[in-house]
Amino acid sequence: MDRRTVIKGIAATGGLLATSGLAAPALAQGSSRVLKFVPQSNLANFDPIWGTQYVVRNASQLVWDTLYGMDAKLVPKRQMVDSEEVSSDGLTWTFKLRSGLKFHDGEPVLAKDCVASIKRWSQRDQMGLSIRAIEKELSAIDDTTFKWVLSRPFPKMLLALGKVGTPCCFVMPERLANTDPFTQVTEYVGSGPMKFVRSDWQPGALAAFEKFDGYVPRDEAAEWWSGGKVVNFDRIEWVIMPDPATASAALQNGEVDWWENPISDLIPILRRNRNIKVDIADPLGNIGAFRLNHLHPPFNDVRVRRAVQMVLNQEDYMRAVVGSDDDLWKPIPSFFTPGTPLYTEEGGDILKGERNFDAAKKLLAEAGYDGLPVTCLVAQDQPALKAMGEITADLLKRLGMNLDFVATDWGTVGQRRASKNAPGEGGWGMFHTWHAGADCASPVGNIAIRTGGEKAWFGWPDNPEIEKHISSWYDADTIDEEKKILSTVNRLSMEHVTYIPTGFYLGYQAWRDDLTNVSNGPLPWFWGPKKA
Amino acid sequence: MLGYILRRVLVTIPVMVFVGLFVFSLLYIAPGDPAAVIAGEQASPADVEKIREKLGLDRPFLVRFTEWSGQVLRGDLGTSMFTGMPVTELIAQRIEPTLSLMVVTLILAVVIAVPIGVLAAWKAGGWLDRSIMGFAVLGFSVPVFVVGYLLAYVFALELDWLPVQGYRPISRGFWPWLEHLILPSIALGLVYIALIARITRATMLEVLSQDYIRTGRAKGLGDGSILFLHALKNASVPIVTVIGIGVALLIGGAVVTESVFAIPGLGRLTIDAIVRRDYPLIQGIVLVFSFVYVLVNLVVDLIYSALDPRIRY
Repeated sequence: MDRRTVIKGIAATGGLLATSGLAAPALAQGSSRVLKFVPQSNLANFDPIWGTQYVVRNASQLVWDTLYGMDAKLVPKRQMVDSEEVSSDGLTWTFKLRSGLKFHDGEPVLAKDCVASIKRWSQRDQMGLSIRAIEKELSAIDDTTFKWVLSRPFPKMLLALGKVGTPCCFVMPERLANTDPFTQVTEYVGSGPMKFVRSDWQPGALAAFEKFDGYVPRDEAAEWWSGGKVVNFDRIEWVIMPDPATASAALQNGEVDWWENPISDLIPILRRNRNIKVDIADPLGNIGAFRLNHLHPPFNDVRVRRAVQMVLNQEDYMRAVVGSDDDLWKPIPSFFTPGTPLYTEEGGDILKGERNFDAAKKLLAEAGYDGLPVTCLVAQDQPALKAMGEITADLLKRLGMNLDFVATDWGTVGQRRASKNAPGEGGWGMFHTWHAGADCASPVGNIAIRTGGEKAWFGWPDNPEIEKHISSWYDADTIDEEKKILSTVNRLSMEHVTYIPTGFYLGYQAWRDDLTNVSNGPLPWFWGPKKA
Repeated sequence: MLGYILRRVLVTIPVMVFVGLFVFSLLYIAPGDPAAVIAGEQASPADVEKIREKLGLDRPFLVRFTEWSGQVLRGDLGTSMFTGMPVTELIAQRIEPTLSLMVVTLILAVVIAVPIGVLAAWKAGGWLDRSIMGFAVLGFSVPVFVVGYLLAYVFALELDWLPVQGYRPISRGFWPWLEHLILPSIALGLVYIALIARITRATMLEVLSQDYIRTGRAKGLGDGSILFLHALKNASVPIVTVIGIGVALLIGGAVVTESVFAIPGLGRLTIDAIVRRDYPLIQGIVLVFSFVYVLVNLVVDLIYSALDPRIRY
């Protein structure tokens, strides 16, 4: 190849590029009909039953509709369902679908689709599993009606079908819903207000949704997950930005419209920008957790667990997590979400007031703690968990406990916490996590308070009495009865030290001021917001 | 020459086999569990176990490696555990942004670094040389992400000349494509410019002290002619070597640059795959990167013979 050939080649390439520039399609960027949204994390998979991450649920709400939807008072309201009827003995539930429901492929939504979807969901959801345990029959009566026959009443049926905690009961076409719940679906056809644009999906970069013209919203005004889901955009783009500084700059520059979870460090910068609005994202927030392993020493002894509980200072944890912004946190002597109807602090006094290290050390000595190292799994790639881990390291040292601090990533914590081995043999002593407030409003999604031993969540707490009370809550008919039961559950859980709440904290969301009607809730609602 | 190329391509095969085995083994012994990540925070331990079984993660190492090797030999890099998409499709989606970033960075670096390296050698010891070498030290010292944030702050947020983030395919127009690459390329290219400029200066200094350069000056050749026609050509073999080695630097730097500028390239895909323990995807990406690197080395070797007629294969 000689010099002339090279020069000709460069010229030809330049010409080609220039031509491609002329032929470029007009970009939709900046259009009032396109919403650019930065979600909390990457949408790496898109099957809300197979993968139960919150980000998957949040995207799924656009594509798949639900039979019931929760309103802001946490009351399930009819969504796909037109009417329901429960027999006088409480054993047979009959549901009738509203008319006009269609899937994105043009097929009508039929009762058999709902039946198949419920069957798939109920194999993965704790509440679904509870209903399956008493199920006699779940079948379609005709195209628009199906029934669920039980062997004993289940008063929380509508709550189960409309809950916001993952996995939610999304309705898919029967052919998709017949997929094994532990295998991912490969088609993304729903009956929600937006269609998933599979061809535009670049996991880790972009997920796009286009308006489904065949969607018929309910007549009622939208409120959280209930009412008429009227989306004011032709296209919603989820732009994945792993770097908060980049997302902040993109929002300030008007390259994106809405950022789901700006970190608190960047809030002052965003607030200084007149074109940006900032508000609390989810009023139900999160509950930080100090999760203990009940199977092995030292935390298999309730006295050791209580010693930690006596000295744990929630303010230390919350300041480490959210910084100096006092609007973002509050102490929580409870396992339930503050501000929700069933919230109770009964038995939570041990988490209040001055921390008593002397009494805690005495309790440790009584328990015969002999310096066995406590293996703390601390995910360094999750800022909140890293912050809590550092506070715990200091706390346990001050308490006189030996520490085996395992600084690792969330993927490794996820693997290792499943190990029931002793801490020195690949197991663990404690790890930090958080629970969404929406899940902790009642026992429905609050898996962390369950104490079914080997069947319980990681840490495997075992306390049949607490389990008995939780089971009785499912049968409770009145709110007063429910409150009474959960007060007992809270007290017993504090005494058993099932886990230790490290505080209640909130997060912000931020959006451009030309976007109106942005509301808050456990997940970002795309019905309502409008661009000027 | 053709025989040489063929031999080199054949040598690539055992290299790729070794890379494949190494990466597979490394991932096998590394901690972490994709099933736990897929299942989500609310999943029970039993659910995590069932997903692990469905993904085949409970099978022995040899079974999994044999199956994967067989797939790779058939040109199938497998399926991402998370997205359910073929690894080849995921990589294909991301090649253009990364390739664009690397090509623009490479062009930018060579166009800037070689002339300033030559100038530094020509004015060795003078203020120009010191300034250029000072700039090179800066280029080596400042991390890519710091440069990236500074550039984004000044040129995107303050001056509003260029976008903060993202990528536009070249099919959407040359300028949209280029404007999204200018800041990332400068950020990524700074260290590369520093490296090439220093090597250019060093090799040029050596060449400029040769007898034939003195002869050239004696017969009245101008500085430009001596520097760029005679000296640079003879100094170019080490420079090309560094440019080739630098491609590895670019691949590493692309991971950070793509995150800072939210470019949907292979670098970010790699990070996402590692964080989630998406084994087939990690293996596929590493194989592709290794192949690219082997290919770049081959091209560099071929350029040697084009630049220096004494080198024959």
